[in-house]
Amino acid sequence: MYPQDLRYTKDHEWVRLVGERGTVGITEYAQKQLGDVVFLELPALGRALATGENFGTVESVKAVSELLSPVSGEVAEVNDALVKAPESVNTDPYGAGWMMVVKLADPALLGSLMDAAAYKAFVDSESK
Amino acid sequence: MPASMESAAGLLRKTPLHAVHRESGAKMVPFGGWEMPVEYAGVIAEHLAVRSAAGLFDVSHMGEFEVAGPGALSFLQRVTSNNVAKLADGQAQYSALPMPSGAPVDDVIVSRKAADCFGLVVNASNIQKDFRWLQQQGPKHCELHDRSDEFALIAIQGPKAQAILQGLTPLELAGLRYYHFAEAELLGHPATISRTGYTGEDGFEILVTSDRAETLWRRLITVGQPQGLVPAGLGARDTLRLEARMCLYGNDMDETTSLIEAGLGWIVSVDEAKGDFVGRAVLEAQKKNGAPRRLVGFEIVGRGIARHGHPVSLKGAQVGVVTSGSFAPFLQKNIGLCYLPSEHSAVGIEFDVEIRGKLVPARVVPTPFYKRAR
Repeated sequence: MYPQDLRYTKDHEWVRLVGERGTVGITEYAQKQLGDVVFLELPALGRALATGENFGTVESVKAVSELLSPVSGEVAEVNDALVKAPESVNTDPYGAGWMMVVKLADPALLGSLMDAAAYKAFVDSESK
Repeated sequence: MPASMESAAGLLRKTPLHAVHRESGAKMVPFGGWEMPVEYAGVIAEHLAVRSAAGLFDVSHMGEFEVAGPGALSFLQRVTSNNVAKLADGQAQYSALPMPSGAPVDDVIVSRKAADCFGLVVNASNIQKDFRWLQQQGPKHCELHDRSDEFALIAIQGPKAQAILQGLTPLELAGLRYYHFAEAELLGHPATISRTGYTGEDGFEILVTSDRAETLWRRLITVGQPQGLVPAGLGARDTLRLEARMCLYGNDMDETTSLIEAGLGWIVSVDEAKGDFVGRAVLEAQKKNGAPRRLVGFEIVGRGIARHGHPVSLKGAQVGVVTSGSFAPFLQKNIGLCYLPSEHSAVGIEFDVEIRGKLVPARVVPTPFYKRAR
Protein backbone atom coordinates (compact mmCIF):
# COMPACT_ATOMS: atom_id res chain seq x y z
CA MET A 1 0.00 0.00 0.00
CA TYR A 2 2.96 2.34 0.66
CA PRO A 3 5.95 1.23 -1.44
CA GLN A 4 9.24 2.00 0.31
CA ASP A 5 11.03 3.30 -2.78
CA LEU A 6 8.62 6.22 -3.31
CA ARG A 7 8.26 9.73 -1.95
CA TYR A 8 4.83 11.17 -1.18
CA THR A 9 2.96 14.51 -0.95
CA LYS A 10 0.07 15.64 1.23
CA ASP A 11 -2.02 15.81 -1.98
CA HIS A 12 -1.51 12.05 -2.35
CA GLU A 13 0.86 12.03 -5.30
CA TRP A 14 3.94 9.82 -5.39
CA VAL A 15 7.36 10.17 -7.07
CA ARG A 16 9.85 7.43 -7.96
CA LEU A 17 13.34 8.79 -8.59
CA VAL A 18 15.66 7.10 -11.09
CA GLY A 19 18.73 9.22 -11.73
CA GLU A 20 17.46 12.70 -12.51
CA ARG A 21 14.05 11.52 -13.63
CA GLY A 22 11.04 11.33 -11.34
CA THR A 23 8.01 9.21 -12.29
CA VAL A 24 4.74 10.64 -10.88
CA GLY A 25 1.34 9.13 -10.08
CA ILE A 26 -1.38 9.19 -7.41
CA THR A 27 -1.44 6.89 -4.40
CA GLU A 28 -3.56 3.89 -3.52
CA TYR A 29 -5.34 6.05 -0.91
CA ALA A 30 -6.10 8.71 -3.55
CA GLN A 31 -7.56 6.25 -6.06
CA LYS A 32 -9.73 4.70 -3.33
CA GLN A 33 -11.07 8.12 -2.37
CA LEU A 34 -11.83 8.95 -6.01
CA GLY A 35 -13.54 5.70 -6.99
CA ASP A 36 -13.69 4.42 -10.59
CA VAL A 37 -11.41 6.66 -12.68
CA VAL A 38 -12.87 7.34 -16.14
CA PHE A 39 -11.01 10.37 -17.48
CA LEU A 40 -7.53 11.87 -17.39
CA GLU A 41 -5.92 15.01 -18.71
CA LEU A 42 -2.11 14.95 -18.71
CA PRO A 43 0.40 17.67 -19.59
CA ALA A 44 2.15 18.23 -22.91
CA LEU A 45 5.68 16.92 -23.36
CA GLY A 46 8.34 19.50 -22.63
CA ARG A 47 6.15 21.60 -20.34
CA ALA A 48 7.99 23.23 -17.44
CA LEU A 49 6.34 22.52 -14.09
CA ALA A 50 6.86 24.19 -10.73
CA THR A 51 6.35 22.27 -7.51
CA GLY A 52 2.65 22.29 -6.62
CA GLU A 53 1.61 23.38 -10.12
CA ASN A 54 -1.50 21.84 -11.67
CA PHE A 55 -0.33 19.32 -14.29
CA GLY A 56 -3.66 17.75 -15.17
CA THR A 57 -6.99 16.40 -14.02
CA VAL A 58 -8.23 13.01 -12.91
CA GLU A 59 -11.97 12.30 -12.91
CA SER A 60 -13.92 9.41 -11.47
CA VAL A 61 -17.60 8.84 -12.16
CA LYS A 62 -18.48 11.10 -9.23
CA ALA A 63 -15.49 13.36 -8.60
CA VAL A 64 -13.05 15.70 -10.32
CA SER A 65 -9.59 16.17 -8.84
CA GLU A 66 -6.69 18.38 -9.88
CA LEU A 67 -3.26 16.82 -10.20
CA LEU A 68 -0.50 18.82 -8.51
CA SER A 69 3.10 18.26 -9.41
CA PRO A 70 5.17 17.03 -6.46
CA VAL A 71 8.36 18.24 -8.17
CA SER A 72 9.67 20.95 -10.46
CA GLY A 73 11.24 20.28 -13.84
CA GLU A 74 10.39 19.46 -17.41
CA VAL A 75 7.84 16.87 -18.55
CA ALA A 76 9.96 14.19 -20.28
CA GLU A 77 7.36 11.45 -20.76
CA VAL A 78 3.57 11.19 -20.59
CA ASN A 79 1.63 7.95 -20.13
CA ASP A 80 -0.60 8.13 -23.21
CA ALA A 81 -1.71 4.51 -22.70
CA LEU A 82 -3.24 5.56 -19.37
CA VAL A 83 -5.42 8.18 -21.06
CA LYS A 84 -6.99 5.34 -23.09
CA ALA A 85 -7.26 3.01 -20.06
CA PRO A 86 -7.75 5.30 -17.05
CA GLU A 87 -9.00 2.38 -14.91
CA SER A 88 -5.30 1.44 -14.42
CA VAL A 89 -5.17 4.31 -11.91
CA ASN A 90 -7.47 2.13 -9.75
CA THR A 91 -6.04 -1.28 -10.47
CA ASP A 92 -2.32 -0.48 -10.48
CA PRO A 93 -1.68 3.04 -9.09
CA TYR A 94 2.07 2.49 -8.54
CA GLY A 95 2.66 0.62 -11.82
CA ALA A 96 0.60 1.01 -15.01
CA GLY A 97 -1.09 3.99 -13.34
CA TRP A 98 2.00 6.22 -13.64
CA MET A 99 1.14 9.57 -15.22
CA MET A 100 4.30 11.37 -16.27
CA VAL A 101 8.07 11.44 -15.96
CA VAL A 102 9.68 14.76 -14.99
CA LYS A 103 13.32 15.61 -15.59
CA LEU A 104 13.95 17.16 -12.21
CA ALA A 105 15.31 20.68 -11.86
CA ASP A 106 16.84 19.72 -8.52
CA PRO A 107 16.72 16.04 -7.45
CA ALA A 108 17.95 16.99 -3.97
CA LEU A 109 14.60 18.69 -3.28
CA LEU A 110 12.94 15.27 -3.26
CA GLY A 111 14.18 14.91 0.29
CA SER A 112 11.53 17.40 1.43
CA LEU A 113 8.74 14.97 0.47
CA MET A 114 7.42 12.30 2.85
CA ASP A 115 8.87 8.81 2.93
CA ALA A 116 6.59 5.75 3.16
CA ALA A 117 6.40 5.75 6.98
CA ALA A 118 5.65 9.48 7.20
CA TYR A 119 3.02 9.23 4.46
CA LYS A 120 1.33 6.27 6.15
CA ALA A 121 1.14 8.27 9.38
CA PHE A 122 -0.31 11.21 7.43
CA VAL A 123 -3.00 9.03 5.78
CA ASP A 124 -3.89 7.43 9.12
CA SER A 125 -4.37 10.87 10.67
CA GLU A 126 -6.45 12.07 7.68
CA SER A 127 -8.77 9.09 7.59
CA LYS A 128 -9.60 9.26 11.30
CA MET B 1 -24.35 16.34 -5.59
CA PRO B 2 -25.06 20.00 -4.96
CA ALA B 3 -23.40 21.36 -1.82
CA SER B 4 -26.66 23.06 -0.89
CA MET B 5 -28.10 19.66 -0.09
CA GLU B 6 -25.49 18.98 2.50
CA SER B 7 -25.75 19.91 6.12
CA ALA B 8 -23.24 19.74 8.94
CA ALA B 9 -21.96 16.21 9.40
CA GLY B 10 -23.20 15.99 12.97
CA LEU B 11 -26.79 16.73 11.96
CA LEU B 12 -27.11 14.11 9.25
CA ARG B 13 -29.96 11.66 9.62
CA LYS B 14 -29.43 7.93 9.33
CA THR B 15 -31.72 5.39 7.65
CA PRO B 16 -32.64 2.13 9.45
CA LEU B 17 -30.02 0.44 7.22
CA HIS B 18 -27.12 2.69 8.19
CA ALA B 19 -25.29 0.02 10.21
CA VAL B 20 -25.66 -2.52 7.39
CA HIS B 21 -24.10 -0.10 4.88
CA ARG B 22 -21.20 0.56 7.22
CA GLU B 23 -20.69 -3.15 7.69
CA SER B 24 -20.68 -3.66 3.88
CA GLY B 25 -17.85 -1.16 3.54
CA ALA B 26 -19.96 1.47 1.79
CA LYS B 27 -18.54 4.94 1.25
CA MET B 28 -21.00 7.25 3.02
CA VAL B 29 -21.77 10.82 1.92
CA PRO B 30 -24.18 13.57 2.96
CA PHE B 31 -27.21 13.78 0.66
CA GLY B 32 -30.40 15.75 1.25
CA GLY B 33 -29.67 15.94 4.97
CA TRP B 34 -29.00 12.21 5.24
CA GLU B 35 -25.85 10.15 5.48
CA MET B 36 -26.23 7.78 2.54
CA PRO B 37 -24.13 5.11 0.79
CA VAL B 38 -22.69 6.54 -2.45
CA GLU B 39 -20.94 3.30 -3.46
CA TYR B 40 -20.02 -0.15 -2.18
CA ALA B 41 -17.79 -2.01 -4.68
CA GLY B 42 -17.67 0.89 -7.17
CA VAL B 43 -20.15 2.94 -9.19
CA ILE B 44 -19.38 1.26 -12.53
CA ALA B 45 -19.69 -2.32 -11.23
CA GLU B 46 -22.95 -1.45 -9.47
CA HIS B 47 -24.35 0.33 -12.51
CA LEU B 48 -23.56 -2.61 -14.81
CA ALA B 49 -24.98 -5.12 -12.29
CA VAL B 50 -28.31 -3.28 -12.40
CA ARG B 51 -28.35 -3.35 -16.21
CA SER B 52 -27.44 -7.06 -16.43
CA ALA B 53 -28.73 -8.64 -13.18
CA ALA B 54 -29.97 -6.59 -10.23
CA GLY B 55 -29.06 -3.97 -7.63
CA LEU B 56 -30.42 -3.25 -4.17
CA PHE B 57 -30.82 0.39 -3.12
CA ASP B 58 -31.65 1.93 0.23
CA VAL B 59 -33.92 4.85 -0.60
CA SER B 60 -35.35 5.22 2.90
CA HIS B 61 -34.42 8.89 2.84
CA MET B 62 -37.37 9.52 0.49
CA GLY B 63 -40.45 10.95 2.19
CA GLU B 64 -43.90 9.37 2.40
CA PHE B 65 -47.05 11.43 2.95
CA GLU B 66 -50.61 10.22 3.26
CA VAL B 67 -53.67 12.21 2.23
CA ALA B 68 -56.87 10.69 3.62
CA GLY B 69 -60.49 11.71 3.81
CA PRO B 70 -63.47 12.37 1.53
CA GLY B 71 -61.76 15.50 0.12
CA ALA B 72 -58.44 13.77 -0.67
CA LEU B 73 -59.02 13.35 -4.41
CA SER B 74 -60.18 16.91 -5.03
CA PHE B 75 -57.29 18.29 -2.91
CA LEU B 76 -54.73 16.27 -4.89
CA GLN B 77 -56.34 17.30 -8.18
CA ARG B 78 -55.79 20.92 -7.14
CA VAL B 79 -52.14 20.58 -6.03
CA THR B 80 -50.67 18.04 -8.47
CA SER B 81 -50.14 18.27 -12.24
CA ASN B 82 -51.26 14.81 -13.37
CA ASN B 83 -54.87 13.57 -13.44
CA VAL B 84 -55.38 11.71 -10.16
CA ALA B 85 -58.89 10.65 -11.22
CA LYS B 86 -57.29 8.24 -13.69
CA LEU B 87 -55.90 6.12 -10.87
CA ALA B 88 -57.60 2.91 -9.76
CA ASP B 89 -56.91 1.36 -6.36
CA GLY B 90 -53.41 -0.07 -6.41
CA GLN B 91 -52.19 2.24 -9.15
CA ALA B 92 -49.57 4.99 -9.01
CA GLN B 93 -48.54 7.88 -11.25
CA TYR B 94 -45.56 10.15 -11.67
CA SER B 95 -46.59 13.73 -10.99
CA ALA B 96 -45.43 17.06 -9.62
CA LEU B 97 -46.51 19.81 -7.22
CA PRO B 98 -46.53 22.90 -9.44
CA MET B 99 -46.32 26.50 -8.27
CA PRO B 100 -48.43 29.18 -10.00
CA SER B 101 -45.42 29.79 -12.30
CA GLY B 102 -45.59 26.20 -13.58
CA ALA B 103 -42.30 25.28 -11.90
CA PRO B 104 -42.36 22.35 -9.49
CA VAL B 105 -42.03 22.55 -5.71
CA ASP B 106 -41.11 18.87 -6.14
CA ASP B 107 -41.72 15.85 -8.35
CA VAL B 108 -43.68 13.09 -6.63
CA ILE B 109 -45.31 9.72 -7.05
CA VAL B 110 -49.03 9.69 -6.23
CA SER B 111 -50.58 6.33 -5.38
CA ARG B 112 -54.20 5.45 -4.74
CA LYS B 113 -54.66 3.11 -1.79
CA ALA B 114 -58.44 3.63 -1.69
CA ALA B 115 -60.96 6.09 -3.13
CA ASP B 116 -60.37 8.34 -0.12
CA CYS B 117 -56.74 7.52 0.73
CA PHE B 118 -53.65 8.40 -1.29
CA GLY B 119 -49.91 8.19 -0.79
CA LEU B 120 -47.24 10.63 -1.96
CA VAL B 121 -43.55 9.76 -2.28
CA VAL B 122 -41.43 12.93 -2.20
CA ASN B 123 -37.74 13.78 -2.44
CA ALA B 124 -35.69 13.54 0.76
CA SER B 125 -34.40 17.09 0.66
CA ASN B 126 -37.92 18.45 0.06
CA ILE B 127 -39.88 16.66 2.80
CA GLN B 128 -40.37 19.70 5.01
CA LYS B 129 -40.79 22.14 2.13
CA ASP B 130 -43.43 19.94 0.44
CA PHE B 131 -45.33 19.39 3.67
CA ARG B 132 -45.49 23.14 4.37
CA TRP B 133 -46.47 23.85 0.77
CA LEU B 134 -49.30 21.32 0.86
CA GLN B 135 -50.55 22.67 4.20
CA GLN B 136 -50.55 26.19 2.73
CA GLN B 137 -52.77 25.01 -0.13
CA GLY B 138 -55.45 24.31 2.48
CA PRO B 139 -56.47 20.65 2.43
CA LYS B 140 -60.28 20.44 2.76
CA HIS B 141 -62.14 17.42 4.09
CA CYS B 142 -58.93 15.47 4.23
CA GLU B 143 -55.89 15.15 6.45
CA LEU B 144 -52.27 15.30 5.45
CA HIS B 145 -49.77 13.18 7.38
CA ASP B 146 -46.00 12.96 7.06
CA ARG B 147 -45.29 9.27 7.69
CA SER B 148 -41.66 9.34 6.49
CA ASP B 149 -40.23 8.28 9.84
CA GLU B 150 -42.31 5.11 10.03
CA PHE B 151 -40.98 3.49 6.88
CA ALA B 152 -37.93 2.21 5.11
CA LEU B 153 -37.96 2.11 1.30
CA ILE B 154 -35.83 -0.47 -0.49
CA ALA B 155 -35.56 -0.64 -4.29
CA ILE B 156 -34.58 -3.79 -6.15
CA GLN B 157 -33.88 -2.97 -9.79
CA GLY B 158 -32.74 -4.92 -12.81
CA PRO B 159 -33.78 -7.80 -15.08
CA LYS B 160 -33.40 -10.32 -12.24
CA ALA B 161 -35.39 -8.26 -9.71
CA GLN B 162 -38.64 -10.17 -10.15
CA ALA B 163 -37.07 -13.61 -9.88
CA ILE B 164 -35.18 -12.64 -6.73
CA LEU B 165 -38.06 -10.92 -4.95
CA GLN B 166 -40.52 -13.67 -5.90
CA GLY B 167 -38.67 -16.04 -3.58
CA LEU B 168 -39.72 -13.98 -0.55
CA THR B 169 -43.41 -13.29 -1.19
CA PRO B 170 -46.56 -15.23 -2.12
CA LEU B 171 -47.73 -12.23 -4.20
CA GLU B 172 -47.60 -13.17 -7.88
CA LEU B 173 -45.21 -10.48 -9.11
CA ALA B 174 -45.64 -11.31 -12.80
CA GLY B 175 -49.20 -10.01 -12.43
CA LEU B 176 -48.10 -6.68 -10.98
CA ARG B 177 -48.00 -4.15 -13.82
CA TYR B 178 -45.69 -1.12 -14.21
CA TYR B 179 -46.72 1.70 -11.86
CA HIS B 180 -49.02 -0.60 -9.89
CA PHE B 181 -48.59 -1.70 -6.28
CA ALA B 182 -49.98 -4.25 -3.87
CA GLU B 183 -50.06 -4.90 -0.16
CA ALA B 184 -48.29 -8.21 0.24
CA GLU B 185 -46.73 -10.52 2.73
CA LEU B 186 -42.96 -10.36 2.57
CA LEU B 187 -40.97 -12.72 4.80
CA GLY B 188 -44.18 -13.13 6.78
CA HIS B 189 -44.67 -9.40 7.42
CA PRO B 190 -46.76 -6.78 5.64
CA ALA B 191 -45.13 -4.71 2.88
CA THR B 192 -46.20 -2.52 0.00
CA ILE B 193 -44.57 -3.65 -3.24
CA SER B 194 -44.74 -1.36 -6.26
CA ARG B 195 -43.39 -1.91 -9.75
CA THR B 196 -41.56 1.42 -10.00
CA GLY B 197 -38.00 2.66 -10.05
CA TYR B 198 -35.44 5.25 -11.05
CA THR B 199 -32.99 3.24 -13.13
CA GLY B 200 -34.56 2.53 -16.52
CA GLU B 201 -34.83 -1.16 -15.63
CA ASP B 202 -37.67 -3.35 -14.49
CA GLY B 203 -37.86 -3.44 -10.73
CA PHE B 204 -39.69 -2.88 -7.50
CA GLU B 205 -39.78 -0.47 -4.60
CA ILE B 206 -40.64 -2.04 -1.28
CA LEU B 207 -42.10 -0.08 1.61
CA VAL B 208 -41.80 -1.73 5.03
CA THR B 209 -41.90 -0.48 8.60
CA SER B 210 -38.43 0.63 9.69
CA ASP B 211 -37.97 -2.29 12.09
CA ARG B 212 -38.25 -4.76 9.17
CA ALA B 213 -35.66 -3.10 6.95
CA GLU B 214 -32.49 -4.82 8.11
CA THR B 215 -33.87 -8.38 8.02
CA LEU B 216 -35.34 -7.78 4.58
CA TRP B 217 -32.13 -6.23 3.19
CA ARG B 218 -29.95 -9.10 4.44
CA ARG B 219 -32.37 -11.74 3.15
CA LEU B 220 -32.58 -10.12 -0.30
CA ILE B 221 -28.78 -9.98 -0.54
CA THR B 222 -28.46 -13.65 0.48
CA VAL B 223 -31.16 -14.86 -1.91
CA GLY B 224 -30.12 -12.54 -4.73
CA GLN B 225 -26.34 -12.83 -4.63
CA PRO B 226 -26.20 -16.09 -6.63
CA GLN B 227 -28.24 -14.31 -9.34
CA GLY B 228 -25.90 -11.33 -9.46
CA LEU B 229 -27.64 -8.96 -7.03
CA VAL B 230 -25.31 -6.37 -5.46
CA PRO B 231 -25.93 -3.47 -3.09
CA ALA B 232 -25.89 -0.24 -5.09
CA GLY B 233 -25.38 3.32 -3.89
CA LEU B 234 -26.51 6.80 -4.82
CA GLY B 235 -23.64 7.06 -7.32
CA ALA B 236 -25.03 4.28 -9.50
CA ARG B 237 -28.58 5.50 -8.89
CA ASP B 238 -27.56 8.84 -10.38
CA THR B 239 -25.80 7.44 -13.47
CA LEU B 240 -28.60 4.92 -14.07
CA ARG B 241 -31.33 7.55 -13.93
CA LEU B 242 -29.32 9.86 -16.17
CA GLU B 243 -28.90 7.18 -18.88
CA ALA B 244 -32.68 6.71 -18.68
CA ARG B 245 -33.11 10.52 -18.83
CA MET B 246 -35.04 10.76 -15.61
CA CYS B 247 -34.90 14.22 -14.05
CA LEU B 248 -33.28 14.85 -10.67
CA TYR B 249 -34.99 17.54 -8.64
CA GLY B 250 -32.57 20.29 -7.67
CA ASN B 251 -30.46 19.62 -10.78
CA ASP B 252 -32.59 19.23 -13.91
CA MET B 253 -35.63 20.99 -12.52
CA ASP B 254 -36.31 23.28 -9.63
CA GLU B 255 -38.43 26.29 -8.71
CA THR B 256 -37.18 28.19 -11.78
CA THR B 257 -37.93 25.63 -14.52
CA SER B 258 -41.44 24.91 -15.74
CA LEU B 259 -42.57 21.32 -16.10
CA ILE B 260 -43.03 21.86 -19.83
CA GLU B 261 -39.45 23.14 -20.20
CA ALA B 262 -38.22 20.08 -18.30
CA GLY B 263 -39.95 17.82 -20.84
CA LEU B 264 -42.56 16.73 -18.32
CA GLY B 265 -45.61 17.78 -20.33
CA TRP B 266 -46.72 14.15 -20.15
CA ILE B 267 -47.42 14.55 -16.42
CA VAL B 268 -49.34 17.80 -16.96
CA SER B 269 -53.01 17.01 -17.51
CA VAL B 270 -55.17 19.53 -19.31
CA ASP B 271 -58.15 17.16 -19.35
CA GLU B 272 -61.43 18.78 -18.46
CA ALA B 273 -61.87 16.14 -15.75
CA LYS B 274 -58.67 17.34 -14.08
CA GLY B 275 -60.20 20.71 -13.24
CA ASP B 276 -58.22 23.75 -12.15
CA PHE B 277 -54.90 23.24 -10.38
CA VAL B 278 -52.02 25.41 -9.18
CA GLY B 279 -50.02 26.48 -12.23
CA ARG B 280 -52.57 25.26 -14.77
CA ALA B 281 -52.90 28.54 -16.68
CA VAL B 282 -49.15 28.80 -17.37
CA LEU B 283 -48.65 25.10 -18.02
CA GLU B 284 -51.64 24.81 -20.35
CA ALA B 285 -50.44 27.81 -22.38
CA GLN B 286 -46.88 26.41 -22.59
CA LYS B 287 -48.16 22.99 -23.53
CA LYS B 288 -50.10 24.56 -26.40
CA ASN B 289 -47.66 27.24 -27.56
CA GLY B 290 -44.34 25.83 -26.41
CA ALA B 291 -41.90 27.12 -23.79
CA PRO B 292 -38.93 29.44 -24.43
CA ARG B 293 -36.39 26.75 -23.57
CA ARG B 294 -36.24 22.99 -23.40
CA LEU B 295 -34.26 20.41 -21.44
CA VAL B 296 -32.26 18.32 -23.92
CA GLY B 297 -29.97 15.34 -23.73
CA PHE B 298 -26.49 15.69 -25.20
CA GLU B 299 -23.33 13.74 -25.87
CA ILE B 300 -19.91 15.27 -25.54
CA VAL B 301 -18.28 15.10 -28.99
CA GLY B 302 -14.83 16.25 -27.87
CA ARG B 303 -12.83 15.10 -24.85
CA GLY B 304 -14.14 15.77 -21.36
CA ILE B 305 -16.92 15.06 -18.91
CA ALA B 306 -19.68 17.63 -18.52
CA ARG B 307 -20.68 18.25 -14.91
CA HIS B 308 -23.55 19.98 -13.16
CA GLY B 309 -23.00 23.74 -13.41
CA HIS B 310 -20.64 23.84 -16.40
CA PRO B 311 -21.57 26.77 -18.70
CA VAL B 312 -23.28 25.93 -22.01
CA SER B 313 -22.84 28.23 -24.99
CA LEU B 314 -24.33 28.45 -28.43
CA LYS B 315 -22.30 30.24 -31.13
CA GLY B 316 -20.22 31.95 -28.46
CA ALA B 317 -23.09 33.17 -26.26
CA GLN B 318 -23.77 31.50 -22.94
CA VAL B 319 -27.33 30.14 -22.89
CA GLY B 320 -27.35 28.07 -19.71
CA VAL B 321 -25.56 25.47 -17.66
CA VAL B 322 -25.28 21.71 -17.58
CA THR B 323 -27.94 20.45 -15.17
CA SER B 324 -26.66 16.84 -15.04
CA GLY B 325 -23.53 15.43 -16.60
CA SER B 326 -21.52 12.25 -16.20
CA PHE B 327 -19.64 9.43 -17.77
CA ALA B 328 -22.36 6.90 -18.66
CA PRO B 329 -21.04 3.49 -17.57
CA PHE B 330 -23.30 1.32 -19.75
CA LEU B 331 -23.16 3.51 -22.86
CA GLN B 332 -19.44 4.31 -22.39
CA LYS B 333 -20.06 7.91 -23.40
CA ASN B 334 -19.99 11.27 -21.69
CA ILE B 335 -23.57 12.50 -21.57
CA GLY B 336 -25.63 15.18 -19.92
CA LEU B 337 -28.75 17.32 -19.77
CA CYS B 338 -29.05 21.09 -20.21
CA TYR B 339 -31.56 23.74 -21.16
CA LEU B 340 -31.32 25.23 -24.65
CA PRO B 341 -33.45 27.90 -26.34
CA SER B 342 -36.30 25.91 -27.94
CA GLU B 343 -35.49 27.13 -31.46
CA HIS B 344 -31.97 25.66 -31.09
CA SER B 345 -32.82 22.43 -29.32
CA ALA B 346 -33.37 19.92 -32.15
CA VAL B 347 -31.49 16.62 -32.29
CA GLY B 348 -28.18 17.18 -34.07
CA ILE B 349 -27.69 20.80 -32.92
CA GLU B 350 -24.09 21.39 -31.82
CA PHE B 351 -23.06 23.63 -28.95
CA ASP B 352 -20.19 23.99 -26.48
CA VAL B 353 -19.76 23.00 -22.86
CA GLU B 354 -17.13 24.95 -20.98
CA ILE B 355 -15.04 22.47 -19.00
CA ARG B 356 -12.35 24.09 -16.83
CA GLY B 357 -12.03 27.05 -19.17
CA LYS B 358 -12.01 25.02 -22.39
CA LEU B 359 -14.88 24.89 -24.88
CA VAL B 360 -15.70 21.27 -25.64
CA PRO B 361 -18.16 20.49 -28.47
CA ALA B 362 -21.40 18.64 -27.63
CA ARG B 363 -24.38 17.51 -29.70
CA VAL B 364 -28.10 17.17 -28.91
CA VAL B 365 -29.11 13.49 -29.13
CA PRO B 366 -32.42 11.62 -28.84
CA THR B 367 -33.40 10.56 -25.32
CA PRO B 368 -33.64 8.41 -23.33
CA PHE B 369 -29.95 7.74 -23.89
CA TYR B 370 -30.63 4.18 -22.77
CA LYS B 371 -33.81 2.18 -23.27
CA ARG B 372 -34.02 -1.41 -22.10
CA ALA B 373 -35.15 -4.13 -24.48
CA ARG B 374 -38.63 -5.32 -23.55
